[in-house]
Amino acid sequence: MKTEREIGVGDGRTEAELEAGRRSRVLMKGNEAIAEAAIQAGCDAYFGYPITPQAELLEWMARRMLELGRVFVQAESELGAINMALGAAATGARVMVSSSSPGISLMAEAMSYMAGSGTPMVLVNIMRAGPGLGGIGPSQSDYFQATKGHGHGDYRVPVLAPASIGEAMELLASSFEMAERYRTPVMLVADGILGQAMEPVDLRFRTPERHAFDWALTGAAGRPARIIKSIDLDPEVLEKRNLDLQHKYREIARHEVRWEAWQLDDAEFAIVAYGTAARVARTAITRARERGIKVGLFRPITLWPFPERELARLSRRLGGILTVELSSGQMVEDVRLAVEGRCPVAFHGRMGGLVPTPDEVLGALKALSGHHAHTPPPRVRGYEATELFEPDYPAHSGARRGGRR
Amino acid sequence: MTLRPPVPWAPLLIAEDHCKGCELCVAACPKAVLALDRGRVNLLGYHPIRLTDPAACTSCAFCARVCPDAVFIVWAAPREAGR
Amino acid sequence: MTLHTPGSATPATAAARLIYHKPDVLLDRSTHYCPGCGHGIVHRLLAEVLTELDLPAHTIAVAPVGCAVFAYDYLNVDFVEAPHGRAPAVATGIRRVRPEAFVLTYQGDGDLAAIGTAEIVHAAARGERITAIFVNNGIYGMTGGQMAPTTLLGQRTTSSPNGRDAALMGYPIRITEMLAQLPGVAYAARGTVADVPAIGRLKAMIKRACQIQLNSGGFAIVEALSNCPVGWGMTPLQSLEHLKGPVVDAYPLGVIVDRGLGADTHPAAGTACPAPSHPEA
Repeated sequence: MKTEREIGVGDGRTEAELEAGRRSRVLMKGNEAIAEAAIQAGCDAYFGYPITPQAELLEWMARRMLELGRVFVQAESELGAINMALGAAATGARVMVSSSSPGISLMAEAMSYMAGSGTPMVLVNIMRAGPGLGGIGPSQSDYFQATKGHGHGDYRVPVLAPASIGEAMELLASSFEMAERYRTPVMLVADGILGQAMEPVDLRFRTPERHAFDWALTGAAGRPARIIKSIDLDPEVLEKRNLDLQHKYREIARHEVRWEAWQLDDAEFAIVAYGTAARVARTAITRARERGIKVGLFRPITLWPFPERELARLSRRLGGILTVELSSGQMVEDVRLAVEGRCPVAFHGRMGGLVPTPDEVLGALKALSGHHAHTPPPRVRGYEATELFEPDYPAHSGARRGGRR
Repeated sequence: MTLRPPVPWAPLLIAEDHCKGCELCVAACPKAVLALDRGRVNLLGYHPIRLTDPAACTSCAFCARVCPDAVFIVWAAPREAGR
Repeated sequence: MTLHTPGSATPATAAARLIYHKPDVLLDRSTHYCPGCGHGIVHRLLAEVLTELDLPAHTIAVAPVGCAVFAYDYLNVDFVEAPHGRAPAVATGIRRVRPEAFVLTYQGDGDLAAIGTAEIVHAAARGERITAIFVNNGIYGMTGGQMAPTTLLGQRTTSSPNGRDAALMGYPIRITEMLAQLPGVAYAARGTVADVPAIGRLKAMIKRACQIQLNSGGFAIVEALSNCPVGWGMTPLQSLEHLKGPVVDAYPLGVIVDRGLGADTHPAAGTACPAPSHPEA
């Protein structure tokens, strides 16, 4: 039976706290736990649209928000939902929207508007496999969408990535806090496994403090009228707005980076992974350690701001890094940027809703670390897994040539 | 806001520099006492509207009702109050 | 400060009666609208109605994308900018979290009847307690005069240079009639800015639409048929004649539906133009 720390629950809590938590444990489905955490964090309004694999989140909200006399609307589309959120958030309400990858795509426009106008809200993406309609299996292929682009324009949103349901619940509260402190939309990205799985969770929630906002639209009684907008046709004014945004992002990068380091103290190699991939990586690391490979886990919790400085520092003393994702390799680009060639960076991933197995990861790790044990490629219909990855890499993982320092 | 009629008296106070010379008021005026002052140009670059015959104006305020730029403030002289 | 024309010399009198002044909620600045543009008239009517119903301090308004994107520079109430077409959804969010606010949207025909069709239909279907002001001039003004869903057949625009051809470009949409079928729509009416009597009737419609919201009647929409002199290639006066002719033929005036929801407890009053009585309003 794994301890809380090994599955990522109770980050930073004392033994006594963990013991108390064990006594108030309940088995909850991820989607529902995330919804309840938002409710307990003071969510005033939820707007959503059904999409697999997060429909349970919407359904939990439908029941509970109405019980509590709060606002719930199933919109006509994800486009409707995110724009309802834009309006509600403009009045200073604590607002959440959830969806899954194809629906998140529809929300890009409004996210850009909210980033530009400084409107806080929380958007939860229970990622599924794409592109297009794709499949309903778990995925991490929205990393680029969340951290690099999504909507148009020069903006970022903080992106938080839990690796367990308990962590997702705590990060939900942090998401509201961050959104309101910095006046920005915040994304929380999980995947279909976290959404659908049931895990024991602490029924202890956190309600971030409420603050008065001097920008919220409440009706201009006894004060000048307020305008929430993102347009500025004068280029100099718009540049100033953009500079202010960039300054905000630097502040966020300075204060809000989160990551977890596990078994890295004596490590010669590291796996960089987040979310469900990190859980698979932990098992692979345990097995690798049994075989004498000194490897640890570097788990980004904020995908933006990415913990590049910490990873750069770590890479100075490593012989190699393996990045594992449920995608073709998106975060691995940020890993390579942070590592700047100090050590080889390899990649292993699965797509289409498939999850890498610990043995696959172990095999990639062995290839990276120079152990030449043969690991057969996974059985897949009709084609070899090696075709999915760059052909000049050994086995079915990527390994950058370049030697060690 | 205390609004005072023009001195010397006239039934209309016209915010000349908001006028865009669209002539909607010219067509609306039942007494045909409004016309663009084609000898001048305002700050926006248009010929502003001008009350050509204040004595003939009945303070009906049709000009004010039709003006897209709200340039008119309208008064009635006391002798007209009974109408 | 603006210049005033005093007129010819007659004795000044302190007992003069103030007949009309623009309400304070309409800010004292030049607008970017073209000469003779109906937006200016509708803004003014809205300002008068809000003032008469004592609403500015409670109003949260949603601005569109279109010529009226800067509406918040002219009307002194709390405003949020919505992405193109999304105003009814943005207004829904505001309405749901702020039950005490007066919520209104202001949209053009591209915003409401093209990109925003889903949002307006569903806000109406939900019977959202908001007031939608729909300024329909049958063209995309801000982007240079392209065809809109409400452009008339045969009308030349920059994207229908040979005139709107039904075979290629379909027919104009009477979206207000479409919305009026929905039970959640308490009031749907269409007026025009074509002349002074029409402006008076339009004002009464806007007032009724606002009163419906105040009396929790449901969704209310007023379509104001307006002009676009520059886009239509006409002088302002010619554009009003066009409005009275072909445009009104295509879009019939009047109250399309009034489900009589919500008692009328706010009598028309105020310092600005009194609303003329009209059998339908």
